[in-house]
Amino acid sequence: MRNTKLVSLEEAIRRSGLKDGQTISFHHHFRGGDKVVNMVVDKLAEMGFRNLHLAASSLSDVHAPLIEHIKNGVITKISTSGLRGTLADAISRGLMEEPVVFRSHGGRGSAIASGELHIDVAFLGASASDELGNACGVPRSENAKSICGSLGYALPDARYAPHVVVLTDDLVPYPNLPSGIRAADVESVVVVDLVGDSSKISAGAIRDSKNPRDILLAKSAAKVVINSGLFQDGFSIQTGTGGASLAVVKYIREEMIARGIKASFALGGITAHMVKLHEEGLIGRLIDVQSFDKVAAESIAKDPSHVEVSAVEYASGQHLGSATHALDIVILSALEVDTDFNVNVLVGSDGIIRGAIGGHQDTAADSALSIIVCPLLRGRIPCVVPHVTTLITPGKSVDVVVTEYGVAVNPGRPEVRERLLAAGVHVVDIHDLAAKATSIIGTPDPLPFGDKVVGVVMNRDGSVLDKIYNIK
Amino acid sequence: MMFVPGNNPGMMADAHIYGPDSIMLDLEDSVTMAEKDAARLLVYNALKTIDYGSTEMVVRINPLNTPYGKKDVEAVVKAGVDVIRMPKTETADEVRELEAEILKVEEEIGAVGRTQIMAAIESALGIVNAYAIATASKRMMGIALGAEDYSANLKTNRTPGGAELLLAREQIVVAARAAGIACFDTVYSNLDDMETFRKEVELIKTLGFDGKSIINPRQIEVVNSVFVPTEKEINKARAVIAGIKEAKAKGSGVISVNGKMVDRPVVLRAERTIALAVAAGVISEEEAL
Repeated sequence: MRNTKLVSLEEAIRRSGLKDGQTISFHHHFRGGDKVVNMVVDKLAEMGFRNLHLAASSLSDVHAPLIEHIKNGVITKISTSGLRGTLADAISRGLMEEPVVFRSHGGRGSAIASGELHIDVAFLGASASDELGNACGVPRSENAKSICGSLGYALPDARYAPHVVVLTDDLVPYPNLPSGIRAADVESVVVVDLVGDSSKISAGAIRDSKNPRDILLAKSAAKVVINSGLFQDGFSIQTGTGGASLAVVKYIREEMIARGIKASFALGGITAHMVKLHEEGLIGRLIDVQSFDKVAAESIAKDPSHVEVSAVEYASGQHLGSATHALDIVILSALEVDTDFNVNVLVGSDGIIRGAIGGHQDTAADSALSIIVCPLLRGRIPCVVPHVTTLITPGKSVDVVVTEYGVAVNPGRPEVRERLLAAGVHVVDIHDLAAKATSIIGTPDPLPFGDKVVGVVMNRDGSVLDKIYNIK
Repeated sequence: MMFVPGNNPGMMADAHIYGPDSIMLDLEDSVTMAEKDAARLLVYNALKTIDYGSTEMVVRINPLNTPYGKKDVEAVVKAGVDVIRMPKTETADEVRELEAEILKVEEEIGAVGRTQIMAAIESALGIVNAYAIATASKRMMGIALGAEDYSANLKTNRTPGGAELLLAREQIVVAARAAGIACFDTVYSNLDDMETFRKEVELIKTLGFDGKSIINPRQIEVVNSVFVPTEKEINKARAVIAGIKEAKAKGSGVISVNGKMVDRPVVLRAERTIALAVAAGVISEEEAL
């Protein structure tokens, strides 16, 4: 039998029937090491495509070459969860005529499922694939080169895009099963030298933060978790990957052991810290949409109770089966929080896009308790402000804000406030935090925004939350 | 007492959030010659503008026999510092000289008697004169050991066990107790060895020190865990204090707790235990009464 799926990239593109003006999609599981986006868009440019809509689950500094493709008219529209580096800088200054559409991970999954974000051709990098397109992010041979673990953000693309091209640097014999991306959804398989630079895909060993401020924030956040009323046997938790978020896990672990409490599951981006607790028997299951480091990627490859989920199963607001609806506690970071508890994780205090919505909106909205860990001051930049530069997560979904100057509780959660006060947590009014920041560093000059819309922030339900204007 | 370089505004801005009992902003060894004036201005403004809450604020000035010492005194007294730490103190005369400088500035701004002195003893001569230094001024609130200079002066090196510092540490505790003031131990610089640090803190607590100098917020937890009284110690102290109240109420000169007679040192120790527990936030001020 002659396999008709295994072709060159150019042939795969030709076969896909892609036309000018259509939508192509990518995932970001190879993070800063991703080679797929640049490789494919270079080829599309070479083949003369124009006016394409690039819909990625996220984009980072490594995608700076897109700037030229935007200038040349190959890419004229972008949808993503985040932007960083020189590409973000150029877009913030008005590089594109059409605004970038920002969606949360759950919001993107929902939009793809509902057809609101229609993908014509998905180009999905995989750590291993067989000739028919059963593809995964875990190693399946000794030749595995680019390992990322879960392929959660690629799974909606694989399922809903009418034409799927898998790119892999490790073609393995059929059947490469179990795999998240299934052959039935895949039209072409392309073998390339490298889909990612493994040194930039994920961090190696666990490194505990030695930053005293991170430790202080982490201890406060852990105290909030422990006294929230939700810290009971069978609870569930999700944390981010910043220094403070990782350190929180360490302090929660100590208290879980002391009280004999176990968590039913940990969700989201899974880190080595969570894997450690799971292996110690403190967390029942790991529900993994993205494996953040090498340890997590190795764990998902071998441990049946460490499960890969799609972005839809993870965090869709429209699908009641999504995991965030069962989540008790989420610990998140922020660039800015305002006195209405609104959070910005996307646009810096200089007006330049430098982050990603990620699962922020989704987990804050669906979890029983959302905790934002955020220093009051980052150098001379205030992080608790009267109004966020850009609205990403509405204040009604944010319950607690932990800073080094005290913990603020959303007035909508009086019972949480009472519990924290009873436990001796230093509870403060969020207006006092903002005033404290102003008293220390003064009021910053307003940002010199222009009148060109460079980005649109979508809420997870598909409505528009905010617009980002060009910075001069 | 946490040391913070006086030329690092980022660290000065929020040193108090980690909960040290006192903060020592340094104008001396951590500031290069070229930055002395800039650091003095920064420290002045930090003291004037940052709300350090109830944290005791100390500034280590440059010695008075340098071109910077007197300017340092003027700036920090005007800024309202709680305590001036004088480095490398060797004689009572040096203390009196500083006292005169402080008084001059205080008279100028109408705040006589506001500023206290802490003397750092960092040489063999200083250790020999410890009691004279401790009693040289009524502003003297405490004396402290500076071990790096002291061990160099002794022509030895610092060791993990601290044998070379034993006499100096005991001399400082004895002098402080004889003078009725506080005493503070030197810093421990290896942040990656928390175990040796903990042993050192346990040692100096046993020797009688009131506190430890630290260079990083991560050391605070260790010091607190060693110095904070246990529940058992607090309960014992409470029983002693209750015994005093009962004796006073009865008009009796003899205090007994659980049938045992209690003398004055036990009472003093009990009061100190309660004060430490309040300072560490283990019990509230109301609970201490």
